Amino acid sequence: MSRYYTEDHEWIDVDGETATVGITDYAQSQLGDIVFAEVPATGATLKKGGDAAVVESVKAASDVYAPVSGVVTEGNDALEGDPALVNSDPEGEGWFFKLTLSDTSELDTLMDAAAYKAFVDGL
Amino acid sequence: MSDDEELELIEILEMPLDAWHRARGARMVEFAGYHMPIQYEGIMAEHSWTRENAGLFDVSHMGQLMLTGDGAAEALEALVPGDISALQEGRMRYSLLLAENGGVLDDLMVTAAPMGLYVVVNGAVKWDDMGYLREHLPDEITINHMDDRALLALQGPKAVDALLRVVPGVDALYFMDAGSFFWGPKTDPEPLWISRSGYTGEDGFEISVPATHAQKLAEELCAQPEVKPIGLGARDSLRLEAGLPLYGHDMNPEVDPVEGNAAFAVSKRRRAEGGFNGAERILKALAEGPSRKLVGFTVDGKIPVREGASIYSKNEQVGMITSGGFAPSVGAPIAMGYVASAHIAVGTALEAEVRGKRVALTVAAMPFVPHHYHRRGKSI
Repeated sequence: MSRYYTEDHEWIDVDGETATVGITDYAQSQLGDIVFAEVPATGATLKKGGDAAVVESVKAASDVYAPVSGVVTEGNDALEGDPALVNSDPEGEGWFFKLTLSDTSELDTLMDAAAYKAFVDGL
Repeated sequence: MSDDEELELIEILEMPLDAWHRARGARMVEFAGYHMPIQYEGIMAEHSWTRENAGLFDVSHMGQLMLTGDGAAEALEALVPGDISALQEGRMRYSLLLAENGGVLDDLMVTAAPMGLYVVVNGAVKWDDMGYLREHLPDEITINHMDDRALLALQGPKAVDALLRVVPGVDALYFMDAGSFFWGPKTDPEPLWISRSGYTGEDGFEISVPATHAQKLAEELCAQPEVKPIGLGARDSLRLEAGLPLYGHDMNPEVDPVEGNAAFAVSKRRRAEGGFNGAERILKALAEGPSRKLVGFTVDGKIPVREGASIYSKNEQVGMITSGGFAPSVGAPIAMGYVASAHIAVGTALEAEVRGKRVALTVAAMPFVPHHYHRRGKSI
């Protein structure tokens, strides 16, 4: 399994054609206390860079973009009852959705952990 | 000098405590033309700390004005609907700066101080306010912008315990009282102007201090076990729960005081006598009721309903949200907004549109969290 990152601070774990998406620890620290998360419905078709989910902190609503194109196989229902999971475990239990990739070549444009760390350090 | 350089000069200003906020881990954002701390450890934690203990807010971006000259109170009354001339020394009043048509240009606090009228206005519009006051007040009235002073607010149920250790005597003040107090060594004390007031719904104080001494005072206050520094984020969630409007959002030049749910700021004598900007419009709205009004809303479910969301009654748009978000002490989203007068009764069911979906709202009495002011004649 490989983990990739985007400049919009999403992470994506890829296992064959299946992927899990969430927001990074840096993203949650910037957003602050998360009070609401809206994940995509199973079966939704996502286009790379398009709106996929919504995360709301006390002060603002932010979009979560699809890091790659695909079809949603599962949204994380746990976020509805406990949106603070995104703060406490952003890169684990606080995942947003799983999808089946429609074009694995899109992964080539994403960053690996070292590149993402360098990107965040440069902000 | 190129245009670009000129723009840089009027860019974002630093407040006296800028470095102190950063050293304490604040995340800084631009607000009202200043770099200001939006949060330190997190909005929820800071919000709860203030409701239970005491929070220190740096509100030095606000404009502190001193109006002096014979007849300053009577002159100001042409521009505000409050009974300013009846204010006794050491008492303060919430009021509204009115445009000629009765629209609200700002909300402000007016205190009768020994020197004159001490007026605190919103940071985002303070330059406009000063220009308007200068244009509309007689030349004999002097307007002194006290930009060499910082303004700190200490808010919360334990604010009095903490402040009393630093500044003796402040427990003599009741809600909406103000006075001068000495702080520091007896041999070289610094006078502070302190009022028992604030913007959180809690008991608390607002302290005007020379900018040169602001950091020392902030450090002494934060050394008290009850006190933590609190950012703008929690200031906004606290005031929203307290049902207090934020100028520029919940009030603007398009609305009059009655529409803005501030009819209480139109004093009894002024209602009888008139003689203030927009009196005809405002007295008519008082008599007949406004055509729309600022009201509070509870929100069904967990989706925060924020500023700009349209409000519907069935398929008819009847209003707009002007403030909203998650309310930490309520544990649910709340909001404020303007709706047509047919829909302002507490309990009225309405809907807001959020990302294309309808969210159920109910018109609610404000405040959402009870005020805990230290009022005269009430023991705590």
